[in-house]
Amino acid sequence: MAFDKMELKDIEVWDGNHAAAQAMRQAQIDVVAAYPITPSTPIVEGYAKFKADNYVEGEFVMVESEHAAMSGCVGAAAAGGRVATATSSQGLALMAEVLYQASGMRLPIVLNLVNRALAAPLNVNGDHSDMYMVRDSGWIQFDAFSPQEAYDLNLIAFRVSEDHDVRIPAIINQDGFITSHTAQGVHTLSDDVAYNFVGEYKPMNDMLDFENPVTHGVQTEEDWHFEHKARQHNDMMTIVPGKIEEVFADFEKLTGRKYNKVECYDMNDADVAVVCMGTSVETAREVATEMRAKGIKAGVVGIRVFRPFPFFEIAEAIKDIKAVAVLDRCAPGGAAGTLFNEISGSLYNTDLKIALSGYIYGLGGRDLTKAHLVDLFNELQANADAGKVLTQQQQFIGVRGPKLAYL
Amino acid sequence: MSEMKKIKNLKEFSTSADRFEGANLLCPGCAHSIIVREVLNATNDDLVLASSTGCLEVCTAVYPYTSWDASWIHIGFENSSTAVAGAEAMYNALKTKGRLKQPDRTPKFVAFGGDGSSYDIGFQWISGCMERNHNMMYIVLDNEVYANTGGQRSSSTPIGASATTSPAGTISYGEQKNKKDMLGIMGAHNIPYAAQVSPNKWKDMVKKIQKGFATEGAVFINAVSPCTTEWKFDPKDTMHLADLSTDSLVFPLYEIIEGHELNITYRPKNIVPVEEYLAAQGRFKHLFKDQYKHVISEWQTRVDENWEYLQRREAARV
Repeated sequence: MAFDKMELKDIEVWDGNHAAAQAMRQAQIDVVAAYPITPSTPIVEGYAKFKADNYVEGEFVMVESEHAAMSGCVGAAAAGGRVATATSSQGLALMAEVLYQASGMRLPIVLNLVNRALAAPLNVNGDHSDMYMVRDSGWIQFDAFSPQEAYDLNLIAFRVSEDHDVRIPAIINQDGFITSHTAQGVHTLSDDVAYNFVGEYKPMNDMLDFENPVTHGVQTEEDWHFEHKARQHNDMMTIVPGKIEEVFADFEKLTGRKYNKVECYDMNDADVAVVCMGTSVETAREVATEMRAKGIKAGVVGIRVFRPFPFFEIAEAIKDIKAVAVLDRCAPGGAAGTLFNEISGSLYNTDLKIALSGYIYGLGGRDLTKAHLVDLFNELQANADAGKVLTQQQQFIGVRGPKLAYL
Repeated sequence: MSEMKKIKNLKEFSTSADRFEGANLLCPGCAHSIIVREVLNATNDDLVLASSTGCLEVCTAVYPYTSWDASWIHIGFENSSTAVAGAEAMYNALKTKGRLKQPDRTPKFVAFGGDGSSYDIGFQWISGCMERNHNMMYIVLDNEVYANTGGQRSSSTPIGASATTSPAGTISYGEQKNKKDMLGIMGAHNIPYAAQVSPNKWKDMVKKIQKGFATEGAVFINAVSPCTTEWKFDPKDTMHLADLSTDSLVFPLYEIIEGHELNITYRPKNIVPVEEYLAAQGRFKHLFKDQYKHVISEWQTRVDENWEYLQRREAARV
């Protein structure tokens, strides 16, 4: 029985989860192996309903854990076809072992990661602990700040990940609840246009080609392991960035929506800037505009591609800024914030002397308010005027109790 | 529909199709390679294979070499079952979509795992695959110990065996727990076919494997795999140990169809005392000291009771 196409309005009202599920449907995935977990569950449920209503021709396997979900995805991808899944938080932690195996085996898989805090204490709300936990897993990581971007980046991710020069799995992050459960207008593509953009899956080293049997997942010790890992890193550093730019450019030609590895807002003449990820980018943009009315030249940098990390684009974006704050939505666990460290690394061997400070915020879904950002921009302006960081380098925003500041 | 392979005699069977190379790193006398060859040689169909981390995996796929002349995948310790289930799902998807490169083939999907990766760490994954009834076969190479890592106990290690994490000593006879009844548990998933096999009874084994291959849906096979290194016997005695295991009824050979139809497929003419099976292995040597001899007689009682139980189930069709 042929599957049905879905008629979509030019603009649909979708939350981030539904936007991701729709993009997965349009990509005509061959196998989805998945397990539900808050807040990504509606992606899996939405896809299941598409399947039940004959909008999906591929296989949908509801397995018994997230580890099995990614294990099934790896087996399916090695067999030779398009594969995707979704998870959050504890689920990602459980499947983390297999994330490394998927990337090490160079299997293109798309994972929608709806960001959520990691227990303990148990918490279902959004922060970036899960995203950071797998930062070294060898996966490409995109970050969507809105449902529209969750939709677009899904279509983009298949193209990048499945390219035969790349063959590296990709994660699309979106903020738990704030993006995943907040409905907004989403500009859609028709099923045919979306699928044509993603393109037909082209198998490589597929186990189902019986004329060419292939061995996947071998053992290497000190004789070859290093070369494999180095090659993987080399491709992330040298091939993936260009491929992402190429696919972003194709997507802009098709839709007019332009994506960049680093998204700059009012940065050209800014004195002070905030670097952040997720929905905080949109909040920071709004506050930056309001700060300009008060005479503070504020800008915002959003990280669109977290892996491979856009070192040069970051340095270029903030090279003329006097004071920069890096916002990390994850408990730093005895170190500087993860994103703070990346930005520091981007700048270290340059001549740039930027007053760089880090802020920990929003853990377990705690709101980042406009008032917080107004205070932050004022603090940055003071740093800019002084030409140095006047506070301690690491501060906490919005946590109760005595002020926390370190380093 | 694939044609079932006809097998005339052992010589022809053992050389009929070499999709598993003799060039591998398994110990001389290891039963794993014998079992794998018996499984692969039971069919002429294409194969999609998986192995969990363990002896079979580390000895057959060390880059840049492979012992496998069929598609094969290893992911981790616990998930060979789900790896094959994912591949089987992909086969179904591509079949539906008309994208199979060789659409006329009838591939068989087979996952191997040791008892550590099956009775213990991969138990949930196998249960999931059986419950979802993927069209696949899961085969345990049951040597009752974590052999690859040097002989630690698993939940398949039988009571009284000395393993490195349950060693025999001045106050301990070694492993304190009875072996998990894996076949009973898998049978209770009401899967189309579950069976226990032994490489020495190759006709019984190939019949069951072929029955499994002809089955639509999930198949579970528990294969006794005497381990020369950890059971501590001479490598030339592997088949002798397999004989002792089946003829003592420590490893009775039977099948469970749809969870309720139990058939005993081998009734030894001369039942060997359990003591003889134990005496042939170094891992049970300490049981023959006076202080631990009670373990042997208790074991004989358990084997007798289990044999009675299997026969009652067979008769009652439950």
